[in-house]
Amino acid sequence: MTSIQFILNDKSVDTDASPTMVLLDFIRERQGLKGTTSACREGDCGACSVMLGELKDGDLKYRTITSCLLPLGDVHGLHVVTVEGINQEVLTPVQQAISDCGGTQCGFCTPGFVVSLTNFLHRESDLTLEKGRENISGNICRCTGYRSIERAVEKMCQDFGGRILGATNRLEELVKIKVLPEYFLTIASRLNSIPKAGYQTKDGAVAVGGGTDLYVQKHDAMLKASPAFVIRDESLREMKLGEKELVLGAAVSMEDMNSNSTLRGIFPALPDAFKLIASLPIREQATIGGNLINASPIGDLTNIFLALNADIVLGVGGAERRMPLKNFYLGYKKLDRKPEEILRRIIVPVPAKSARFNFEKVSKRTHLDIASVNSGCLIDIKDGVVVSASISAGGVGPIPMLLQKTSAGLCGRKPSSAAAIEAAKTAMSEIAPISDARGAAEYKKLLLKQLIYAHFLNLFPSEVSFSDLKAA
Amino acid sequence: MKNIDSALHTTGRSMYIDDLPVPEGCLHAAVFPSPIAHGKIKKLDIESARKAPGVIAVFTADDIPGQNQIGGIVQDEPLLAEGEVDFNGQPIAFVVAETREAAYEALRLIAVDIEPLPVVVCPREAAKKGMFIVPPRIFNLGNVDSVWRDAPHIIEGRADCEGQEHLYLETQGAFAVPKEDGAILITSSTQGPTAVQRTTAQVLGIPMHRIEVNVQRLGGGFGGKEDQATPWAVMPALASHILKRPVKLVLNRMEDMRMTGKRHPYSADYKIALSSDLKILGYEATFYQNAGAAADLSPAVLGRSLFHAGGSYYIPNVRATGFCCKTHLPPNTAFRGFGGPQAMYVIEAAICAAAERLKVDAAEIQRRNLLKEGDEFPYGMRVKNSEAVRCFSLCEERFGYKDARARVKAFNDQNAQFKKGLALMPVCFGISFTNTPYNQASALAHVYSDGSVAVSTGAVEMGQGVNTKILQVAAHVLSINPDRIKVESTNTTRAANTSATAASSGADLNGGAAALACRSILSRLLELAAELSGGPAEIKDEEIYSAGKKTGLTWKSLVHEALQRRISLSAQAQYATPGLSYDKSREKGTPFAYHVVGTAMIEATVDCLRGRYEIDSVQVVHDFGQSMNKIVDLGQAEGGIAQGIGWMTMEELMFDPNGKLLSNALSTYKVPDIYSTPKTFEVEFLSDSLNPAGIFNSKAVGEPPFMYGIGAYFALRDAIRAFTSTEKLPIHSPMTPERTLMALYAK
Repeated sequence: MTSIQFILNDKSVDTDASPTMVLLDFIRERQGLKGTTSACREGDCGACSVMLGELKDGDLKYRTITSCLLPLGDVHGLHVVTVEGINQEVLTPVQQAISDCGGTQCGFCTPGFVVSLTNFLHRESDLTLEKGRENISGNICRCTGYRSIERAVEKMCQDFGGRILGATNRLEELVKIKVLPEYFLTIASRLNSIPKAGYQTKDGAVAVGGGTDLYVQKHDAMLKASPAFVIRDESLREMKLGEKELVLGAAVSMEDMNSNSTLRGIFPALPDAFKLIASLPIREQATIGGNLINASPIGDLTNIFLALNADIVLGVGGAERRMPLKNFYLGYKKLDRKPEEILRRIIVPVPAKSARFNFEKVSKRTHLDIASVNSGCLIDIKDGVVVSASISAGGVGPIPMLLQKTSAGLCGRKPSSAAAIEAAKTAMSEIAPISDARGAAEYKKLLLKQLIYAHFLNLFPSEVSFSDLKAA
Repeated sequence: MKNIDSALHTTGRSMYIDDLPVPEGCLHAAVFPSPIAHGKIKKLDIESARKAPGVIAVFTADDIPGQNQIGGIVQDEPLLAEGEVDFNGQPIAFVVAETREAAYEALRLIAVDIEPLPVVVCPREAAKKGMFIVPPRIFNLGNVDSVWRDAPHIIEGRADCEGQEHLYLETQGAFAVPKEDGAILITSSTQGPTAVQRTTAQVLGIPMHRIEVNVQRLGGGFGGKEDQATPWAVMPALASHILKRPVKLVLNRMEDMRMTGKRHPYSADYKIALSSDLKILGYEATFYQNAGAAADLSPAVLGRSLFHAGGSYYIPNVRATGFCCKTHLPPNTAFRGFGGPQAMYVIEAAICAAAERLKVDAAEIQRRNLLKEGDEFPYGMRVKNSEAVRCFSLCEERFGYKDARARVKAFNDQNAQFKKGLALMPVCFGISFTNTPYNQASALAHVYSDGSVAVSTGAVEMGQGVNTKILQVAAHVLSINPDRIKVESTNTTRAANTSATAASSGADLNGGAAALACRSILSRLLELAAELSGGPAEIKDEEIYSAGKKTGLTWKSLVHEALQRRISLSAQAQYATPGLSYDKSREKGTPFAYHVVGTAMIEATVDCLRGRYEIDSVQVVHDFGQSMNKIVDLGQAEGGIAQGIGWMTMEELMFDPNGKLLSNALSTYKVPDIYSTPKTFEVEFLSDSLNPAGIFNSKAVGEPPFMYGIGAYFALRDAIRAFTSTEKLPIHSPMTPERTLMALYAK
């Protein structure tokens, strides 16, 4: 790869630095911008949040990402905004609101909040406290307990929300009210003049998606790796949503999937599931394929796709092969994949209109935590009888599982409390959880049983009763 | 006034250890930790690491010129392990290299051969084996043994609470720069600059005056940098002393979580006796404190547990016993509340168990036993200016406890899957270091010729707003514009022999000292003004008045005049909390300047299908005294409560039986996020409260609100109780979703 070119705040950068170095280190160590702080290097705290601007069909769009997990190679052609790139002669309305409401104590996390909330004012079509909370759901503050930050969000929405939402050109309005400095108006044309990097997925290279798992697990090894930035490979970012099949490129981001209206129409349960799965910055950065390749027994998307009976397509060069996702996992972190093969697409059969989908996840912290147990469930009903069912379960064995016996056993039955109880009983014979940091084996067994009940209660509220299930 | 650092913080211009420009040629250190929790070091091979590219030196215990000793209360902890390791993560050696990467690469080349020895992680097991750090300590009031025979109700049981990771966002770190003639400047992220200075002097074998420690600010401390910032400052100082080069050491998150101590887990037995009208007749508690592998601050933490054994209640007969148990975990240390939270959790557990047995509302027992004016604490002090009853009643009235009870019951009657629970949590927390000599602070104030003012104290700013309060004190005393005043970094050459900024006492002690120093300068200036204007003078908003009339003199002109007349414009002052004394042989005395009280009402909803829950509301009436700064104080209260709820709910430290930390990163150790914030979160300032013992009638605020979080545990338990009729539910926090689900479906 030749040099990496991008815009950092108001400055054009052209660097020969290693593409596998994370953006955070480049910002702090090479550029000396110390406002972006480092606190966890796992994408779990948001202290290192930066805005990432990209031209999409001529429109300049920004997402907020955690710079500790983003390889530098991924920012070619983009606009990187740190707190220094937001600062002006006086505090911006975001900074002023946080300051006025006591939303900063030790200050270490504060630049991350400022970046997230600045982008909140830029990106959201709905400037409310609830949306504001979502935009800082990936930012951890250990001092304030968040109440004062919520007050600051309320204040900025109240003081500026109307003006921002009413503007015909939002970027210009944000510059006018000094949420953003003036140079933002020059960014679109400047990004246009950066030559395309000509990304290719080279065979044999380590495929880097969003980096949100890879850099957590193998940060040091990645520094020496030869990377292939699949996330920028347009062919892997396509979504083809046909009537029979939904084809999702492996490098589609979680948030692209989450915000797709067609998918939301078919799976109304998706937005709630995604809210449990990851914070907005991680959803914007993480790829759906990365979650499958990571092979975690508890991968949230993995368990969703398993329940949806997805197939996957692996490829190397011109050769491709397709297989059911459920056959992909051979053992703990062992995949039916040759080292040179890259996951290209995920193919989900469009379920019948009569089918219902539900996803359940319980973790130590309700939101944005790794599950103790998770489960997806797709059940189709005809004439009041189950015609097909697929229930997946994560965290209860070495691999993410499709509970085949449990699923098959439901076919031909009426959805009822008794059916749920029996399904849970069958599931117990299919799993073998271990005790670990996510919970004791006994707990995971009980929890899976409860989550299977939860599927039935959610999908068939008039046929299933909690009291019957409790009595069991 | 808002936090004076808020403009710097929001623009990212505040500088933390890793942000400060390092001097040219600065080297980087990385620590080699013990891979196991207990064993004999047979062989340590550092030769290949020493020869690795970029490596300048590898330090072991053999390289220490002074004493290999960093223990505070008890000298029982080496800087670098020698002969034996006592916890997984204990530093054995450290590498110093040209770059951070080279230092970490070289760590892989260090080989150590350790013969494993038995590992103890449970404090009760340690007690059985006689593994104690210090002898047990016992507090007595009345005669508890006389109560058991005739008491109508006696309830006994066990309560356990686990530890808590501080998770200050800025990890531990420091750098050291050699100065001429063997002196060293250490810049550290520490709550205790003097502890760093004293310990470095001891390890290097040089006098304290050779070592200057400077602290700008901390990216969070919470007690975790009171004693435990020290080793990470001493190591670079040692290397810098020997190599004559600047050396920096900053731990990464996993190292920090693995190598440093946390809040102490406690296992406790309680026995409580109640009269037929629910008066507590007697209370006995035995605390098994999991101190970890060395004393650190554990004996003092345990002491505070004993001081707070009775919680917010008057109990005529008490015996509280504390065992400081040595285990093979990292040495546990100070953490907001300092043993108080564990003790209050246990007495609330006893009350909860009694209420469940007697089928009464726990609030009934709480209400009837609250501390009143003149009541005697087990340590002999009597309640003064008590607001405990007023806070409790106000909380009940203001937030409608009775109605909430009825509402919760109606909800539970109608809902099978979701159950609500409610708890009141009164807090009474003593203010002062229980080690009386620590209750002193010094300040140094300079007025410069342009009328600007600089104030140095021993207080360390870590987000709690102490510098803002000190600036307010100076502005108020001098009656000048706050913009003229700068609060300086904390530096051992300007404030010597400081106590750590801890025990919620930072503003009281250092604000007190700053007031004295400023008054001293002001009195000289006003004496001069009197001379110039021919009568007694005073200053108001920078104008000098005499006999109620403007003299034409201003702050600036007076400063100028004083300088011409060679009147000193600097002052140093010491503040020592008056009235404190404590006799440890009798365990009686006046350890505290005053108490902070308040009551919280907490409501929770449990999803009995999934074992998940939400803390719906936290509503508090808290006694801030006359708050000096409502933004700062409210922030301390809200932040403390959120942290307390975290301790009681989702924050779960997990060690394996071999003493290895499993929850060693933010992905496995979860702290509250914004979605965990209670939907209703109100903190009401108790009105008309005076506190002559606090600075400007205010009350210390750092720790007490933390303990309202304990109410979250009992609210959840209350909800679980509404679901299950099982008699035996262990009292064990944190109430994670796992413990919740297991309790809901316990047979």
